[in-house]
Amino acid sequence: MDKYIVGLYDDEEVLLTAVKKVKQAGFHIHEVVTPFPVHGLDDALGLKPSRLHTVGFAGGATGLTIALSFMIWATAVDYPIIYGGKPFLSLPSYIPITFEFTVLLTAISMVVAFFIRCGLSISAKPKIYDERTTDYLFGLAIKVTADTSQDDYARINETFTNTGVAEIKVRDFDDDKK
Amino acid sequence: MASYESPIREPLILGDKNYKQITTDIVRSTEGVPPKLWFLAITIAGSLAAFYFFCVAWTVYYGIGVWNLNKTVGWAYDITNFVWWVGIGHAGTLISAVLLLFRQKWRTGINRAAEAMTIFAVICAAQFPGIHMGRPWMAFFIFPYPNSRGPLWPNFQSPLMWDVFAISTYFTVSLLFWYSGLLPDFATIRDRSKGKIRKAIYNALSFGWRGEAKHWQRFESLALILAGISTPLVLSVHTIVSFDFATSVIPGWHTTIFPPYFVAGAIFSGFAMVLTLMLITRKVLKLEDYITIAHIEAMNKIILLTGSIVGIAYITELFMAWYSGFIYEWFAFYNRALGPMAWAYWIMMTCNVISPQFFWIKNLRRNLYLTFFLSITVNIGMWFERFVIIVTSLYRDYLPSSWVDYYPSWVEVGIYVGTIGLFFTLFLLFARGFPVIAIAEVKSILKSSGSQARVKQKAKDEATAKGGYSEGLDLSGAHHDVKEN
Repeated sequence: MDKYIVGLYDDEEVLLTAVKKVKQAGFHIHEVVTPFPVHGLDDALGLKPSRLHTVGFAGGATGLTIALSFMIWATAVDYPIIYGGKPFLSLPSYIPITFEFTVLLTAISMVVAFFIRCGLSISAKPKIYDERTTDYLFGLAIKVTADTSQDDYARINETFTNTGVAEIKVRDFDDDKK
Repeated sequence: MASYESPIREPLILGDKNYKQITTDIVRSTEGVPPKLWFLAITIAGSLAAFYFFCVAWTVYYGIGVWNLNKTVGWAYDITNFVWWVGIGHAGTLISAVLLLFRQKWRTGINRAAEAMTIFAVICAAQFPGIHMGRPWMAFFIFPYPNSRGPLWPNFQSPLMWDVFAISTYFTVSLLFWYSGLLPDFATIRDRSKGKIRKAIYNALSFGWRGEAKHWQRFESLALILAGISTPLVLSVHTIVSFDFATSVIPGWHTTIFPPYFVAGAIFSGFAMVLTLMLITRKVLKLEDYITIAHIEAMNKIILLTGSIVGIAYITELFMAWYSGFIYEWFAFYNRALGPMAWAYWIMMTCNVISPQFFWIKNLRRNLYLTFFLSITVNIGMWFERFVIIVTSLYRDYLPSSWVDYYPSWVEVGIYVGTIGLFFTLFLLFARGFPVIAIAEVKSILKSSGSQARVKQKAKDEATAKGGYSEGLDLSGAHHDVKEN
């Protein structure tokens, strides 16, 4: 069962207070979808900081090591040739390529990690609660299960209404498969 | 958003906008049938691009001999164009990366198109090293791959090799930065689309973006780090391009001032090209509310700053040539300024040093016609700068018997003009199918930098100044007390 009650808000500040109130009321917020990054939402939802920069650092460190060690090996060990009277191993002239390769691998590793972690792919079939949430509405989704009673439905609706919701809708992704 | 913004600051989004209106205004240009003007423009640009491919084919078929290079002037038009295009490609990443780190909100209106311009300019630039190899299908020789010649590795101590890494890294990182920023806006277009095919295309382009809170958090983290690494990258790329000249021993090239001077020049010409394109784009796509006079003025200030740095560099160079007491160096500069090709030098001086000085006056900075005219002037000047540095340092070398004149052949001119066509073809396709303004980013500054926000902030400030309690006026969006519970 893949069914959600979605509260649609038309203002990010109303959404922020709503997130807090919904949490206080004891409901588990499945997801919040917004058309642009809303500042303060991470704290309100209690999201942990992203660890993407760690991936970037690892990528950068790999790039630096590969570039530097490869150039040293190629020019001083594998096939030493004198260029312009400089020593075989002349570190200053390796700096530009080392820097560029570090930046390159940092960027690529971070972007790849970002795509993988967010499940983004060219053939993705995203679960869209409402098509207006990439435009001007902010959606707050609560998952409903077979256990969810009529009473719970009523309480969720009430909480949404009390937090200034613009629209409440029930979205069942199982309907899409039929 | 949580910061206070003075109502005196100029708004960056004009008119009575809401989020929905912003989407409609920006996405409009990708919907419906393109206007006739677009078809006309792409026909002209496309024909020029086709002529570019013809001239390249001509060069490859007959060989580099169809260019007017000779043994004295061995580097001329191709490298001039290469450096010119790479320079133009510097504004986009500067706008998106450096201005992001400095939290300049005016970047949101122009960053998308400027980054697109960067990528297209780098594509144009990358053509030249490829073509001037003479046998472009051997281009893979420049990469260090295990080969049957030893393996003989490329010369990692050569600035030309550094250039290979700098340009390819710059292109890749700019592309990743630009594309990751496009994902949410493609999703916006997807969700507005009616047709099934259109929806599927934009869904693929958006990689299934939904705007989930955790994804936005990662998105912002990614943008920040990419901005952080792109900033030194931008500076490094043109520094390395300048090393192509500065590490040689040719008088006129062998100068330690080159790296900062090239970087300033690159930003100078890049902003000029952004202005040329933005002034047309905002008019044709009716985006005057998002790319405002305030944006244009801000860019003109950067043009003034970098133009003045370039001017000081020219004069420093000239002074050092004389002060060094090195006769060959002094001859190179004397010959540049007063020799047979002095016309090129003085075009450069007029366009780059004198013309930006008009922007000291506020009214002129805000004058669209003058800005448009000067943005083109600056790009002409910056093209001549590279031409002057390259050709006038070479054509009269140490041996008077080998002194020559240089003028380009039709093939060289054709390739150059053709890349302009290629550039505009790509830009026109971009303006048609892509959101030319970063929709999500513009929305995120609406409540702090829109015109209504300014009006509300002003009313609130006045109420506070009177000592009154500002209840009912607190609509500014400046208050976000997240940690209240």
